[in-house]
Amino acid sequence: MTSSKHLPVAAPNWTDLRHLTDARIALGRAGGSLRTPTLLDFRLAHARARDAVHAEFDAANLAAVLREANLETLALASRARSRAQFLLRPDLGRRLEAGAVERLNSRTDRPADIVILLSDGLSATAAHAHGPDTAICLHRHLTRLGRTVFPVVLVPFGRVKLQDEVGEILQAKQTVMLLGERPGLGAPDSLGAYLTYGPEQRRNDADRNCVSNIRASGLPPEAAAEKLAQLLTESLRLKTSGVQLKDTQLPPLPPVPRD
Amino acid sequence: MSRWTCPLEGRRHQFDSLADLMAKATPLRSGDQLAGLAAGDAEERVAAQLCLADVPLELFIEEPLIPYEQDEVTRLIADRHDRDAFAPVAHLSVGGFRDWLLAFSAQEEVLTGLAPGLTPEMVSAVSKIMSNQDLILVAQKCRRETAFRNTLGTAGCLAVRLQPNHPTDDPRAIAASIVDGLLYGCGDACIGINPATDSVDSTIELLKLLDDVIRHYAIPTQSCVLSHVTTTLEAMEREAPVDLVFQSVAGTEAANSAFGISLSLLREAQAAAQSLSRGTVGNNVMYFETGQGSALSADAHHGIDQQTCEARAYAVAREFDPLLVNTVVGFIGPEYLYDGKQIIRAGLEDHFCGKLLGLPMGVDVCYTNHAEADQDDMDNLLTLLGVAGCNYFMGVPGADDIMLGYQSTSFHDSHYLRQVLGLKPAPEFAAWLEGMNITDTNGRLCEIGENHPLLEAKSVS
Repeated sequence: MTSSKHLPVAAPNWTDLRHLTDARIALGRAGGSLRTPTLLDFRLAHARARDAVHAEFDAANLAAVLREANLETLALASRARSRAQFLLRPDLGRRLEAGAVERLNSRTDRPADIVILLSDGLSATAAHAHGPDTAICLHRHLTRLGRTVFPVVLVPFGRVKLQDEVGEILQAKQTVMLLGERPGLGAPDSLGAYLTYGPEQRRNDADRNCVSNIRASGLPPEAAAEKLAQLLTESLRLKTSGVQLKDTQLPPLPPVPRD
Repeated sequence: MSRWTCPLEGRRHQFDSLADLMAKATPLRSGDQLAGLAAGDAEERVAAQLCLADVPLELFIEEPLIPYEQDEVTRLIADRHDRDAFAPVAHLSVGGFRDWLLAFSAQEEVLTGLAPGLTPEMVSAVSKIMSNQDLILVAQKCRRETAFRNTLGTAGCLAVRLQPNHPTDDPRAIAASIVDGLLYGCGDACIGINPATDSVDSTIELLKLLDDVIRHYAIPTQSCVLSHVTTTLEAMEREAPVDLVFQSVAGTEAANSAFGISLSLLREAQAAAQSLSRGTVGNNVMYFETGQGSALSADAHHGIDQQTCEARAYAVAREFDPLLVNTVVGFIGPEYLYDGKQIIRAGLEDHFCGKLLGLPMGVDVCYTNHAEADQDDMDNLLTLLGVAGCNYFMGVPGADDIMLGYQSTSFHDSHYLRQVLGLKPAPEFAAWLEGMNITDTNGRLCEIGENHPLLEAKSVS
């Protein structure tokens, strides 16, 4: 059996440079072109990223997982009706469909304190893999801090700004949107979290704080939830979020009581 | 009342303004649909092209799409328009201009002389009625040479920007990618880093790293840290080794303002960089990037289609005699260019428009993972642009930019293109590659042994 693995890759001290960066260096070559294993590695990474973008958001299963951890959920819909429409019309993913507005308006638990939303965004893979852990850990921190957390809003085809409309209708003090980030080749399952103080339609990106790269080999969900809880606490104290709220030197959370 | 009507069998198409006509004549793309400017269906698009083909080129001078008083890019276009250079085509319509460009008589020196007489709107209009092969053929007849520490854009030359980005700007990681790219024979267009952090201190640190590498190995190339122009200006004030000044530019004053720039700021930066006289064979000191959709995403498009906005950005670039200009064609996402077909078309249009206006055009042949595109689409566009005579492409390790999170072209891609089209690096750089035993006299890559000087680099190990 002959494989292109016999082709020279690179001198050992060239290959050693790989320890310094995740960039695809010291790949070797077939003539001037990519070796077969390199070509197929790349294709696999792209396939995973594409599958992550096109994976279907499984709200029912997410609700079941969250229910097991004693978290209530509420399933809503944005104005985007399909994946293609969601990709072509970012504006539709930023707004709730009419039925969702009615359902939120009829809630008796308004005004809400804090609302966590979970959407597929650009990677359902990320939402499925790290959404529940992040939401559960965050919920635990917030409850311990004496906050009242609204049922987790599950919404497919959502963009970051969707939290403004949800938060405005619920008259929430703060919202946190968890959603799949645009997949890179190295990380198809990276979750992002965006928090807003005083969510309402006039908010924009400068009014938010972001915790990104939430995944096992990035910022793990437990650590992300802790950081979010710190940010939310400081945001509530300062009555603001976004550029006014720096994420360096946040006060630590109160110690966990031993049981 | 409608300005233009196109009576076709069973239907009468009407277009209200020149901007409306140009938008509806544009080959289908998602960004114009998002803006609500695109033709409603395929027939309306061709009806608009039929009308546009009859519009006299003079009209684009008489009727600016954005009023002179409102927009400094319009003023730049009008004030710099060279009537004498325009004379040979002044009597033509858009359709007649297409035929004129394709004629055997329209050769390199003719097109070079014509460039100052053309406005972005004329060039955009004619591109809309041209086929992909027209865009390739005419662009291939245009040539724009520029120089700093090497000469770019000569006949038969294909250059590569070595793009060694890293998510945390780690100097050792960046140095490793630079060594890798150089050992694959890339880096003649420039060694250019997109910094993760746009601060003066980190920009200066990266500039010093690049300067050390270039001087230590006497590489005939130039460096660039692609920070905001104000950051680079401050770095120059602090006597950092700045070769090229980078800036993203757009085609309207409002969009440029959203980028935090103006023409006067760019003039200041150009003068500062030229005064350093760091070039050895030339003094083109500016590097601009553009991309269709930037004006719309800044809500600054004035109801003008994204391709015409893009061509207007080239008028901004042209003012500053740049070393390098490239359109980052597929970076912006599927809401502006949906799939491989739209990205390929846009790449060919941008390269054509830039070249016809006299710019040293390169293209970042690229896509994101939420676009309907893959590496085969990039192979196609790379090949088409290679035939069209594109000045340079990006060289990203394995085509995977781990900082910007998108896919571009790899070091290996340049060797593919050089082999199939018989292209060579910039002459000064090609000589350096041979001297360093990286390539042989035929431009083929040599075996790199453990003792190669680049692998003994102290900055890396």
